[in-house]
Amino acid sequence: MALDEYKPQSGDAELENKELKYVGTTPDRPDGLDKVTGKARFGADLSLPGMLFGAIVRSPHAHARIVKIDASKAEALDGVKAVVTRADFATGLEGEYGFVLENVMAGEKALYDGHAVAAVAATSALIARDAAKLVEVEYEVLPHVTDVDKAMAEGAPVINAAYADASVPEGMHPNVVRHHESGHGDVEAGFAEADLIVEDTYVTEAAHQGYIEPNACVAQMGSDGKGELWVCTQGHWYVQKHCAALLGMETAQLRVTASEIGGGFGGKTTVFQEPVALALSRKASRPVKLALQRSEVLRATGPTASASMDIKIGMKKDGTITAAEGTFRLQGGAFPGAPMEFSAMCAFACYDLANVRQVGWDVVSNRPKQAAYRAPGAPMAAFAVESVIDTACNKLGLDPLEVRLKNAAHDGTKASWGPRYDQIGMVATLEAAKAHPHYSAPLEPGQGRGVASGFWFNHGGETSVSLSLSEDGTCQVSVGTPDIGGSRASMALMAAEVLGIPYENIRVTIADTATLGYNDVSHGSRVTYASGLATIKAARAAVEKLCQRAAAKWGIEEDAVKWEDGCAVPSGANAGDFDPLPLAEITATMGSTGGPISGHFEATPEGAGVSFGTHIVDAEVDQETGATKIVRYTVVQDAGKAIHPAYVEGQYQGGAAQGIGWALNEEYVYGEDGRLQNTVFLDYRIPVASDLPMIDAVIVEVPNPGHPYGVRGVGETGIVPPLAAIANAVSNAAGVRLKSLPMNPPKILEALEDQAGDA
Amino acid sequence: MTPRVQVHLWSALRRHTGGAEVVEVEAATTGQLLEALRRDYPGLGPMIDAGVSVAIDGRIYATSLSQPVTPENEIFILQRIKGG
Repeated sequence: MALDEYKPQSGDAELENKELKYVGTTPDRPDGLDKVTGKARFGADLSLPGMLFGAIVRSPHAHARIVKIDASKAEALDGVKAVVTRADFATGLEGEYGFVLENVMAGEKALYDGHAVAAVAATSALIARDAAKLVEVEYEVLPHVTDVDKAMAEGAPVINAAYADASVPEGMHPNVVRHHESGHGDVEAGFAEADLIVEDTYVTEAAHQGYIEPNACVAQMGSDGKGELWVCTQGHWYVQKHCAALLGMETAQLRVTASEIGGGFGGKTTVFQEPVALALSRKASRPVKLALQRSEVLRATGPTASASMDIKIGMKKDGTITAAEGTFRLQGGAFPGAPMEFSAMCAFACYDLANVRQVGWDVVSNRPKQAAYRAPGAPMAAFAVESVIDTACNKLGLDPLEVRLKNAAHDGTKASWGPRYDQIGMVATLEAAKAHPHYSAPLEPGQGRGVASGFWFNHGGETSVSLSLSEDGTCQVSVGTPDIGGSRASMALMAAEVLGIPYENIRVTIADTATLGYNDVSHGSRVTYASGLATIKAARAAVEKLCQRAAAKWGIEEDAVKWEDGCAVPSGANAGDFDPLPLAEITATMGSTGGPISGHFEATPEGAGVSFGTHIVDAEVDQETGATKIVRYTVVQDAGKAIHPAYVEGQYQGGAAQGIGWALNEEYVYGEDGRLQNTVFLDYRIPVASDLPMIDAVIVEVPNPGHPYGVRGVGETGIVPPLAAIANAVSNAAGVRLKSLPMNPPKILEALEDQAGDA
Repeated sequence: MTPRVQVHLWSALRRHTGGAEVVEVEAATTGQLLEALRRDYPGLGPMIDAGVSVAIDGRIYATSLSQPVTPENEIFILQRIKGG
């Protein structure tokens, strides 16, 4: 289908106005039974004949020159079949491929604690781990830096003097590698109009995506140069492309199959151990399974960036924001790419501001290469901005939701990041939050309430879908976006809506890279929007063929047939008098009436609608111990249209749960030696069920004009407001403003003591 | 004749356009627009190569080089949107 046929030029180009039968219902999850019975196969669940087990040798130093690697003792160990180092990968890679390779396997320098420097394959996992310990690496230890502000200060150790791109002004430290600045209006004039100016600095620590399933894969390279890879990933075409480049292969020679995935949240949008497993398999000529330990996941796969942020907001006595300014310094590990531009662009995106300016700095340090984590860059910016707004509201005695409503972005607002908004739901989420019983419920002594709003762009991306009908009238849909949030159910519902057959008659499969056209990664909250749109278009293509078959059977023109509720019917009285012809009757004879009936769609949908959310949190703080308990939580978010509302609620609740962890406990703790101190879940504390209240989810539906059913992505916006909403609740409960995440008991006690000392 | 369209840049790009945040180039499509920016302001080349999106009247086109642009459109160059 040609691109021009579907692209949303403007307005309601895609949006349908019809009653929906299947979309908006909550049928059983197609993957539920396999997952609860243990049948679902994840990254480490595949075994092949003759399979070896891999282990990675990692740097114990935060920054060190690799002088020499001697693997002779490891190679001599009985059962060891291969050892690889950087010499076993492609050379001459530049740009992003070069950064990815350098992260996957260190070259001249180890750049962070846990950086891979070699790998071993052996006949058992135990032998592989023993052999890894026998690989002797001689290091020249170098000075290191792991803090964002220290990394950009004069005299900080230089990670790589060649990283900075042309956006960085002269005179900055070489660790400052990218720069962003945007905004509009005159912020100084705006601040001059303000009755109150609040200005402060906020910091957040890096947090890991915390997916339950550690990264794992099984690789098999043949002597003919062809390869197979089974992997838990958010994007197997990305894996295919990058592994092929890093191994020096042609892309089509590597077939990648996505396993079930035990969480990704953005962290599995890149490669870590996959190219290493392939290199080991190529060298050993046997399949290799490489499954990371949790400590490896935390030390060497990408957490989010940490941030240091300066925010200044001017407000009139009536709550009108006259100007807003923010500087966002993000540390994203030892490679360029910290999402500081998204911090900057999302920071004030919820508001209609005449004067706004935002600046971002991407800073490298001796930490693992950051990876995306749901709405990368936005949550920390919202924490800082929404905290300052809350402070201003408290100082002026204003209701925080009313102030947000007064300043809220609406249809046609010139966004803080440039363009004017189309149809958006910011005001609708605020109105829904204000009307929710939670907002007017009384608080107990020691409790505080916080609210915050958040924004995320959402994304389209390259998408391919293929759909085929069976003779019995059932349907198979092949999509290329790994199901990280219930997309198989959503695709089946959308196909059911177009075809007019029951949801249960449709099976959706995640196809491998050899059986479907290219697909962008499952990221950017794009899957329900983009793969959903492609599924609808593919189903429509099949319906067109079904109508053609009916027209031929009835001996009437093709355009005299339309599709209604799963049947071909004459389009009007003049078309003839024929009984409705059900889909299953047409497919039963399709082999003899023109051949198999299928539909497919390949394109890059560009109509993803932006999304807003508003959260309400009640927190209770123990003033003696600093312990915090979240006692009530409500998420309000615009979904455009909820295809499967239960999954949408799950996305909202998941965002809140992860936000509670990030806000209260999760952090990367580095020692003076630059080594990560908390490398297991006993020390890196993600929330467990007993830490969480029931999380109420309110779905607002302001349709996205760029999708037939109005879908907006919902996977990421839910993580944007929590840090701020929780911080506002905790600060209001404690009676002191918390400006540093995580707000763990020692930090809360310190803030209380500082306040008492100041009094 | 190819029309001239106004393009809004993010502020940090001013250093490569003689201080201008809004520039005018000849272009009828998003692809022509990016090529014209590269040609008229060579300093923008590395930024464009690093990945940009084009917003036309508020709609973000992440990758399309074939989207029509006219002098009536409000056009912004944005850093390429990625997500998790």
